[in-house]
Amino acid sequence: MTTVEATLPAPRSRLGPLARAWAFARHHLLSLYSLLFFAYLLLPIGVVIAFSFNNPKGRFNYTWQGFTFKNWSQWNGVPGLTSALWLSLEIALVASLVATVLGTLVALALVRYRFRGRGATNLLVFLPLSTPEIVLGASLLTLFLQVKFALGFISILIAHIMFCISFAVVTVKARLIGFDRHLEEAAMDLGANEWTTFQKVTLPLIAPAILAALLLCFAISIDDFVVTYFNAGNRVTFPIFVWGAARVATPPQINVIGTAIFVVAVTAMLGNVILQRRREVRA
Amino acid sequence: MGFLHRHRGLTPYLLLAPGMLWLSIFFLVPLGFLAYQSLQSGSIDFGYAFTWAWGNYWDAIRSYRGQFERSILYAGIATVLALVLSYPVAYWIAFRGGRWKNLLLLFIVAPFFVTYLIRTLAWETILSDNGLVVRTLDHLHLLGVLGSNGRVLSTATAVVAGITYNFLPFMALPLYVSLEQIDQSLIEAAQDLYASKWKAFLRVTLPLSLPGVVAGTLLTFIPAAGDFINAQLLGSPKNHMIGNVIESKYKELLDYPAAASMSFVLMAAILTAVLIYARAVGTEKLTG
Repeated sequence: MTTVEATLPAPRSRLGPLARAWAFARHHLLSLYSLLFFAYLLLPIGVVIAFSFNNPKGRFNYTWQGFTFKNWSQWNGVPGLTSALWLSLEIALVASLVATVLGTLVALALVRYRFRGRGATNLLVFLPLSTPEIVLGASLLTLFLQVKFALGFISILIAHIMFCISFAVVTVKARLIGFDRHLEEAAMDLGANEWTTFQKVTLPLIAPAILAALLLCFAISIDDFVVTYFNAGNRVTFPIFVWGAARVATPPQINVIGTAIFVVAVTAMLGNVILQRRREVRA
Repeated sequence: MGFLHRHRGLTPYLLLAPGMLWLSIFFLVPLGFLAYQSLQSGSIDFGYAFTWAWGNYWDAIRSYRGQFERSILYAGIATVLALVLSYPVAYWIAFRGGRWKNLLLLFIVAPFFVTYLIRTLAWETILSDNGLVVRTLDHLHLLGVLGSNGRVLSTATAVVAGITYNFLPFMALPLYVSLEQIDQSLIEAAQDLYASKWKAFLRVTLPLSLPGVVAGTLLTFIPAAGDFINAQLLGSPKNHMIGNVIESKYKELLDYPAAASMSFVLMAAILTAVLIYARAVGTEKLTG
């Protein structure tokens, strides 16, 4: 935008001084508003981080009472919290891997091939995204109850893979659509078979999207409460632990782990952004 | 691979099979089971049996009309707020973001990296009784309007504020995507033809960003209408939405048929609201 304006000064000079002052104010008004908006967006995150250093007197960690490092040094000092975190990590790791593989295959089929049932496939991918989580959770629980499937690790995993697949499909599909098919055709013309072409050309090109899908699925899985809550039986994931704690007592260690997850996730996403920019610079 | 080469038509189906089977078995089939359950009658002690109990639906609507109405109302207000709050920022990033676009987008999705429940609990702190928000509202003489009994927590304001915040990225991201795709030369052309900046925005930018507005609205409204976490943590039982009822029927009262029928009424209500919205926006704009 700025470069375009710099090369096209003509429409600017038509404005009078008052209009120019107004344009200037409005220009900065929007920037100022955006800064306020980001402050609003980040405020609760700041509160979460700050309260991981709080030293609450009572059972609840809602008012500021004093600074301490002890929640961080004793991050695993709350019974049940550590095992809940491990369960969440395990589920998120397996679910994001499986969902990304399944989702990538679906995306490849949708973008690369013309086949009967494409519309139906697109619909089936889209529907879970537009169904309220509580309905996803409740209906899956109904299935498990009807077929008398024991709730636990496997049922949570099934649920997480289910709601992650659509996100993986959408993420990889977006990359595949803007992808130059001539590169693959060139490989085939040079005598590579389909599998070699996929391995040597397609896969490296869509790798960033696959990585993005993996990160997205991991983040969605580790954060999920509603669907998990319905299908966890008596297993406790990290969000379920927080839900239980909100009713009885909120140890500040919850904030410690929330902060840690936030830092790791932001670092991963920043890494991906920087990686992408480097690729763009090289290209 | 030789087999695949001879049957090229099969390849897409083989690629689709695992993912689509998973979605069919664990998404579509369960919806069928939910429908089946919603027409059962009986009790948890003596078991439920399928009896075409359509009465469940009438009971759901009659007994929980308030909660249904609140779900649609709160979700609707939160969606409008999210749209109004995030449109200028999406515009700013798309047109003024320059090389910082990706970083700014990371800021937009940053709330998603803090566990949903934890960031909602953070709002409990921010809106707490002696907190800054309550005192500021008191100074502005708005506490009586937005809060009740000198509190913001446990009011509709707190619930709507929580929902708005929690689903904001769902609104901002599609808005950004559609604004980013707008061909700058169209706006310049409008201005060259003596349209004011404001008029160029109203006649060119805004209509072209409508697909993003529609996508963002749906992505915000649908999960918001089914939410129960904000009402539970930030509201009082007077602010409970239908999600809270479904949750307690399923998890505490084990009244599965009632919960199942409410889930379907919720989906029907959402679908109706979406259709009314589509009507208002204009279907040709919705699809293209």
